[in-house]
Amino acid sequence: MTAAGGSGEARPPEGDANRVLGVGASAARRRAPETGSDASGGVALPVVGRVAGTTSVVTVDGSDLAATLAQRVGAGARVAAMLATARADGSTTLLAVLARSAHLDVVESHLEPGRSAYPSVARLVPPAAWYEREIHDLFGLVPEGHPRLDPLVLPQTGGAHTPRPGGPGGSGGPGSSGGCGSFAPDTAALPADVVGEGMFTIPYGPVRSGVFETIEYLIETFGEDIPSIRPRVHHKHRGLDGRFGELGADEAVLLAERVEGVASVAHAMAFSQAVEHLAGVVVPRPAELLRVVHAELERVANHLDSIVRHCEGAGQAVAYARLSTHKERVMRLRSRLGGHRFGRGVVVPGGVTAPPRIPIAALLADVERVERAVASDIGALMVTPSFLDRLRKTGPVPHDVAAAHGALGPVGRGSGLVSDVRVERPYGAYRSLGFDVAVAQDGDALGRQHVRVAEISQAFHLVHQALDELARDELRSHGERDPVGAGDPLRWRALLPATATGTAVASVEAPQGELLYLVEMAAGRLVRVKPRSASFHNLVLFPGAFQGDIFTDFVFIEASFGLSFAGVAG
Amino acid sequence: MPWIVRGLRDGIVTTRYPRRPDGYGDGYRAAVRVVDARPPVPGEASSLAGMCPTAAIDTSGGVVAVDRGKCIVCGACVEQRPDRFAFEPSPEVAASARRALVVGSSGHAGALGAEDDAAVEEARAELARRVRVLRRSVHVRHVDAGSDGSEEWEVNALLNPVYDVHRLGVFFTASPRHADLLLVTGVGTAAMAGPLRRTWEAMPDPKIVLAAGTDAVSGGLVQPTYASGAGIDAIVPVDVWVPGSPPSPFSLLHGILLAVGLLPRDRGATAAIPDRRRRAGTRASGRTAVR
Repeated sequence: MTAAGGSGEARPPEGDANRVLGVGASAARRRAPETGSDASGGVALPVVGRVAGTTSVVTVDGSDLAATLAQRVGAGARVAAMLATARADGSTTLLAVLARSAHLDVVESHLEPGRSAYPSVARLVPPAAWYEREIHDLFGLVPEGHPRLDPLVLPQTGGAHTPRPGGPGGSGGPGSSGGCGSFAPDTAALPADVVGEGMFTIPYGPVRSGVFETIEYLIETFGEDIPSIRPRVHHKHRGLDGRFGELGADEAVLLAERVEGVASVAHAMAFSQAVEHLAGVVVPRPAELLRVVHAELERVANHLDSIVRHCEGAGQAVAYARLSTHKERVMRLRSRLGGHRFGRGVVVPGGVTAPPRIPIAALLADVERVERAVASDIGALMVTPSFLDRLRKTGPVPHDVAAAHGALGPVGRGSGLVSDVRVERPYGAYRSLGFDVAVAQDGDALGRQHVRVAEISQAFHLVHQALDELARDELRSHGERDPVGAGDPLRWRALLPATATGTAVASVEAPQGELLYLVEMAAGRLVRVKPRSASFHNLVLFPGAFQGDIFTDFVFIEASFGLSFAGVAG
Repeated sequence: MPWIVRGLRDGIVTTRYPRRPDGYGDGYRAAVRVVDARPPVPGEASSLAGMCPTAAIDTSGGVVAVDRGKCIVCGACVEQRPDRFAFEPSPEVAASARRALVVGSSGHAGALGAEDDAAVEEARAELARRVRVLRRSVHVRHVDAGSDGSEEWEVNALLNPVYDVHRLGVFFTASPRHADLLLVTGVGTAAMAGPLRRTWEAMPDPKIVLAAGTDAVSGGLVQPTYASGAGIDAIVPVDVWVPGSPPSPFSLLHGILLAVGLLPRDRGATAAIPDRRRRAGTRASGRTAVR
């Protein structure tokens, strides 16, 4: 097996190393341990076009952007992200990232100074709608013909002047995050979609009944059914895009870890990979393996969190108690491994900061113990009828809806989409490690639950492979005297040249789904960093999942989506 | 196997903190402490300040101190200057005055002058007077004012069987009308200032505000931007400060117990700690450490 991109060949989604694992109706099978793959990981992707990590870059006029994207989407691509960057000369770059299985493509437009409108992409390509709303909020660019241009990451201001922070290079000059004054949120604004006798709107949030991340759902209802629900995410908007531009690469990775705190490792990895593309460095193999260990334990913790919330909602008191204890076990395992319960401070551009803090043999024993405990209780949970009945047919996302929007992560895979960055565009040690992509066909909360259950076991499988290889490698190259090679810093972290220049896009499979980072650097300095979390992309599908569901299903639908609103608001 | 049998499988996993120290909590890097606070040599002050991404290293008082309220525990200073800085092994890092988070080499308040010590002590005594009625039970209302999401996981962890704060009379409540303690996470975004303020106003007196996490204390690495502030103290008056990015469940628990005066080292408070299991006569040997 060769590294993807090394020979210019596209890897099919169902390649030789990984296969699709049907879960739910069919029995879950465990694949045999991977053999025969050489350690060819660590080869940097070639820089094609002007955006590293992508296959092609096309520049079109702003007036042709919508038509070009519509044509690409018609040919099978999906809109993965859309963002804007303000330039010092007053112009703005609009950039769309398209994904088609193994490839990422970029279509960009340059809007000259003074031009603040372009034909809306969302008019022709609905998945672009939220991206255009965000760009409108932050940059003031008007997508003409947009179906509904409400504020998204900024509050509604009730007709008062809305400041446009403009991101880096905006009104405050390059790299500035300020310069737009403060907001005057219109807290009484309650837009309504549905009208009719007895209809009323409940604003559920921003301060919700329990320990939740802040979000506001405008629920329009006439009693029990929920014909319309609209999430408002602006309460958590922290203005991180602009803040990134003020930091060096070493500090920016710390901020990346705090964009979506429950997926810190994934964010640090995506950011670091983008910087590594630009710097042209090869990450040492042990560092790549350790990154996989951290990333997969993070996936286990996130999926357990989602399952625990299901148990709590379904009143499964014992399952809740046991699985939340297991989640604590995973968090403690992560802190023993890297010193932090969320895996922060480990992944950095070039590799990892330190070898594992405990011997690998001890780590393997710990992982096995936690894995057994989790598997036993989840196995019992998934045959408990009073639990499964609450999830079955709840919060359906039909396959065609998921495919049209390009649903990511467990939400997409729960609806039959075979999409996983680790397989489509393998990175780091995933190029040579084997695992199964879990896919369910039902598209309901139970389907997404099945996907998470299978992914927990696959994540442990990946952790085992990575630790086994680290243990073998450790003996071969260092022997007993210095088992982790602590005396050899380059074994864990490659040195970065201070001259990296250009733009790169990197993607990883976070627990929530495909996570994209766009990083633009000039002479080693960060010019623009834009994270696009899977939560942002997937939240759009959330309102549609309430077809025929009632208030008591809310908790399951929300937990089964498993989103982090910090990652949505930015 | 029926769930009820499963529920008995692991015995008691609940920590005995705060009555007894907890091995895991005491091994976790909860904050940074100063090993050597001696005045910086010429030229050293700027290099010390330059190490820290959040400007938490403070040499303005002539000695070297760390402002835990700004520190995100990234460890850059510990890595580069192990002669001056080390990780704090105790999770008990909460303080009842913002200035008490600035620590020198001798732990809490080490960098403060005598008059500051007196002021901190005064603030603490005032808080103790205010919360006397809450000692047997405190109801907590959580509000996220722009966190990164990890703080909510750690707050939720307090309810799992390992921490089980119900045993200490700590309960989370949905309504601010029933709440005694407002636990706030996040940097204090512009859009959350109003809802947070209204939640605080809806709470009955006496009420306590706990800033949970470095973000809530100072804005952390996010810093003030056009949309976010430098901590929540500008929105609601904070009584107890818990640093950490995010604070571990032990640090949060320490903060809550400090807020209501239930820490064992507070004179006379030990007797007030309700511990249901202790009353039920559970033998201590039935406990297993969670790993």
